[in-house]
Amino acid sequence: MLEAESLTYSYGKRDVLKDIAFSLERGEMLFIIGPNGSGKTTLLKCLNGILKPKGSVYVEKINLNKLNPLEIAKKMGYVPQRGEISFLTVFDAILLGRKPYIKWEVSEKDVKIVEETIKMLKIEHLALRKLNELSGGELQLVLIARALAQQPRYLLLDEPTNNLDIKNQIEVMRLVKTAVEDKGISAIVTVHDINLALNYAEKVLVLKEGKIFAFGGREVVNEELLCAVYGIKAEIVKYDGRVFVIPEL
Amino acid sequence: MSVAGEYKRLIWKRISFGIFLIFLLILLSALALGLGAYQMSIAELFRAILDGNPVLWNVRIPRIITAIFVGASLAIAGAVMQCILKNPLASPFTLGISQGAAFGAAIAIVYFGAGQMHRVGEALTIFNPYVVPIFAFSGSLISAFVILALAKLRDLSPEAIVLAGVAMSALFQAGVMLIQYFATDVQVASIVFWTFGDVARARWIEIYLIIAVFALCFIYFFYRRWDYNSLLAGDETAISLGVKPQRIRLEGMLLSSFLTAVCVSFTGIIGFIGLVAPHIVRLTIGGDYRFLIPSTALVGALVLLASDTVGRTVISPVIIPVGIITSIVGAPMFIYLLLRGGKSVRG
Repeated sequence: MLEAESLTYSYGKRDVLKDIAFSLERGEMLFIIGPNGSGKTTLLKCLNGILKPKGSVYVEKINLNKLNPLEIAKKMGYVPQRGEISFLTVFDAILLGRKPYIKWEVSEKDVKIVEETIKMLKIEHLALRKLNELSGGELQLVLIARALAQQPRYLLLDEPTNNLDIKNQIEVMRLVKTAVEDKGISAIVTVHDINLALNYAEKVLVLKEGKIFAFGGREVVNEELLCAVYGIKAEIVKYDGRVFVIPEL
Repeated sequence: MSVAGEYKRLIWKRISFGIFLIFLLILLSALALGLGAYQMSIAELFRAILDGNPVLWNVRIPRIITAIFVGASLAIAGAVMQCILKNPLASPFTLGISQGAAFGAAIAIVYFGAGQMHRVGEALTIFNPYVVPIFAFSGSLISAFVILALAKLRDLSPEAIVLAGVAMSALFQAGVMLIQYFATDVQVASIVFWTFGDVARARWIEIYLIIAVFALCFIYFFYRRWDYNSLLAGDETAISLGVKPQRIRLEGMLLSSFLTAVCVSFTGIIGFIGLVAPHIVRLTIGGDYRFLIPSTALVGALVLLASDTVGRTVISPVIIPVGIITSIVGAPMFIYLLLRGGKSVRG
């Protein structure tokens, strides 16, 4: 279980997060939504200690502050919004996910885990390519693969579908869902696309101006909430068992 | 073949490249040993080494070993700086670290009597091989901290950081000129001679010091290879992998500056090795720091030894200081890297 307790974070004098508290069970998919600048990315970074907020985060009842960086790295994988391009090969880049486990050199087990991850993502053809030769979608898959190779219990993804075309968006979301289901891990995903949240989330956390506006199942997202949080008029429609937001233009 | 199998083959390719470089270095060393104003065949060479031939033992062998270790040192310092500053244009020379070290060393020589030339035109003798590097290190640290602070406080582009390095270089060169202005003729001549960058003047005691510092830094850098790979993925990712970027950056900058300072103390400013060697390796075997660090050391050694051998033989018996050769070769490569926008050649 992942629990956040009265998390507050400020850049200088400006509070970006105020008194955030929620908890997430193992195996659940949580989507964090909210307008630009509402603190989504900051919250994600506070959860795994990239930023040091006031308040506490508990992982399986252990306070994050009591864990050293390597122990945190074994529990939580983080996928940043944008990947850095380098001369590393895809295999090397995914192997980095084993960094928290590597003492001096990689073991056969590490190589095997990377190989399995590559197979799971069906990116065998990219394995020996260099990162600077990849497209945006391919790079995003590599970032997720690296985080999965970390074998985390919690997978944090910061706007993983940004800048991706519709096919890659679907592929990335499907992949995250499969990983959550197959490996029994939890995922926390920030997105702009409310439709993704409505169709994939088990839990939704809605941020507005650094505070939790709503937290619960998908049903918390309704027309009233969209109006209050985003200031838009929109209709939520069901089609073929799925839910969509149709904004008024 | 399986993905893991293909990857292992790639690893072997990278290791083979390193082995190839070692052979090349041995070959080049033998060649450099035989070449010079006094040419020797291989048979003569073996006999001369065993007989303790003074030309070999007092002139060529120290010179070759200096070239190898100074080349290797500047190259790994450059490789580490390029990673921790995320800047493909970083190197001891382009960031003004070498120039800062030269300024510190000049102060030690002129004002603290740490070294002197016996007569004009002769190589400078450093009396105390420990005082000069300490002053040189202090000078290099000024540049290092300015660069670190700029990189941290302002999110400057790689090109802008290099411009800051140019400014630091100009400042330190002005400092050296100021010292010259108030120095005696002999001191001026010695500083001028010394700023050329030459591997001929290091004596055995200084060579041992360079080797010791190189070994220390190499072991540390190699130990940190996974951390450097993590930094390539960006600071946030590195933190999420359990790495402490600030600490790695500070330690890396301190050690690479120290390594540079020791080299500059005994051989003067030798430019572009630290910039070019890591890129040669990156373009050949990729940016994985596990293999990049050892191979870069070898390439740096090869480039400096080759440059020195050319400088020694091209208009023999006149010997051109190696710093001039590396700048003639390195400057066009630097411009080439600038034209590529740096980004595509990033570690």
